[in-house]
Amino acid sequence: MTLQVLKPGLLTTLQDRGRHGLARFGIGASGAMDRPCFELANTLVGNACGMAALEITLLGPVVRFSEDALVALTGAAIAARVEHAAGSFDLPLWRPVFLRAGSVLRMAGMARGVRSYLAVAGGLRSAGWMESASVDLHAGIGRALVAGDELEYDSGHAPDGLRDESRPWASWSLNPAPWFALEPRPIRLVAGSHYQALDAGAQRALFESEFSVSAGCNRVGMRLSGPRLQLAGPLELISEPVTMGTVQLPPAGEPIILMCEHPSTGGYPRIARVAAVDLPLLAQQRPGAVLRFERIDGGTAEHLLIHQHQRLQELCAEIRRRLP
Amino acid sequence: MQASAYQFEALSESMLLIRVGSTIDAGCNARVHALTDRIDAAAVPGLIELVPSYASLGVRYDVLYWAGQGHTAFEAIVGVLQLLLQESRFQQDRVALASARQIEIPVCYGGAQGVDLDAVARACDMDAEAVIRCHSEARYSVAMLGFAPGFPYLIGLDPRLHLARRGEPRLQVPAGSVAIGGAQTGIYPRALPGGWHLIGTTPQRLFDPDASKPCLLAPGDQVRFQRISEAQFAAMTMPPR
Repeated sequence: MTLQVLKPGLLTTLQDRGRHGLARFGIGASGAMDRPCFELANTLVGNACGMAALEITLLGPVVRFSEDALVALTGAAIAARVEHAAGSFDLPLWRPVFLRAGSVLRMAGMARGVRSYLAVAGGLRSAGWMESASVDLHAGIGRALVAGDELEYDSGHAPDGLRDESRPWASWSLNPAPWFALEPRPIRLVAGSHYQALDAGAQRALFESEFSVSAGCNRVGMRLSGPRLQLAGPLELISEPVTMGTVQLPPAGEPIILMCEHPSTGGYPRIARVAAVDLPLLAQQRPGAVLRFERIDGGTAEHLLIHQHQRLQELCAEIRRRLP
Repeated sequence: MQASAYQFEALSESMLLIRVGSTIDAGCNARVHALTDRIDAAAVPGLIELVPSYASLGVRYDVLYWAGQGHTAFEAIVGVLQLLLQESRFQQDRVALASARQIEIPVCYGGAQGVDLDAVARACDMDAEAVIRCHSEARYSVAMLGFAPGFPYLIGLDPRLHLARRGEPRLQVPAGSVAIGGAQTGIYPRALPGGWHLIGTTPQRLFDPDASKPCLLAPGDQVRFQRISEAQFAAMTMPPR
């Protein structure tokens, strides 16, 4: 059973939760950029969390399923149409959908957001690297899909409830609002190790000004343009571990937020860190998006993250109860 | 040793830094590796990985494991690490230094394989031959890996070869390039941008994601460079994969 890539889309990669424990070798985690949307796609098709799924960027691929498949699309609002001799339909997001053998799933542009996740029941198989299927383009691990690629999956058993040929999808769907909220709200930041080294104006500007996401933002990082942030004085730093969400300040004064393909170490001042609870929101911001930042403390950031995790676990448990 | 010798900095909800120093210094780096070994040996639960660097140690942990009532995960794991580091029968310097892995890396210096060698020689007021001897006779240790998978930051460079970085970084330094910058020397595992001076190239692969052991080097390894000729280099160079 194979998923055949007819058109690869702009940037489509296989991702899971990433590879962990290898940063001491300079190998970062990579993994899905919008982790809750990735987990929900898997859960909607009955997969154990963390199985490999497709991360789709801005313009979706066109893929063909050689056999029956149970799929789910989550994340950015992507246009998706299923074509089959027996009938074509627009694929609804945020719910399990049954595709018959030979279906072509034509994914196109996104009305909002940057990244969608396509999960297939049984998971998409990959030999992977270092115990993870996650592609890490920046690290030279794997590559984006190209036309002609084939990924194997287990044939989706046809859940009885989804056999209706006119409506082969679950009668219920998730409310995307908690997981894909794009109404403007500030991204929460915790002051970093070198926040105090910013001059007074920069300390204020970080939390009072608007910044926009620069062109060229990718899975490695997002550069922000806005008021140039300056240090109060020169700072001699050496390379140290960094992590996803670290906000670095290169000498040009435009902060960079590190995302999931970031190098494992960096030598720029760490002026702040994005609260992990808001990293999924950040992963859905396009170039040109205007961001504001709200300051919270580390304890609050941790509390919010744990709360988000619990809500996600509860929702996943509810989905599992409903799956046929 | 008092635990107060270390500072703890939160890097994220699930990662912290233990600061040992703030400079590139062999003694300080040895303490980082000793600390890494100490924490590794303690098999602390809910600890995901340790990331040693020049003068600090990154600790990634499971925030859900360590979070609890009335304290944050950060406070909890810092408490445990402080206790661990107070029990101080562990020595500051790396006990296992003698047992560190010794790795020899073949390097073809100069010419097309080391395009900056002559410029380095001029800048250091030495001849090219002396630069090669100076670089290949020293013993290095892998202070840390970072920047890209398998990229080693080596300390032990002869002070006569300490040079400021190039004014203009190259957009692409070829894979295998052996380079010097400041007090450091390193090897580019694959083509990457870089501002260091290129003095040679190794035919050895430093990172291969498909191999069972993807990285040639690990933190704390001892490294020597073995000079090889252009002909040996050609014979050892594998066709690109």
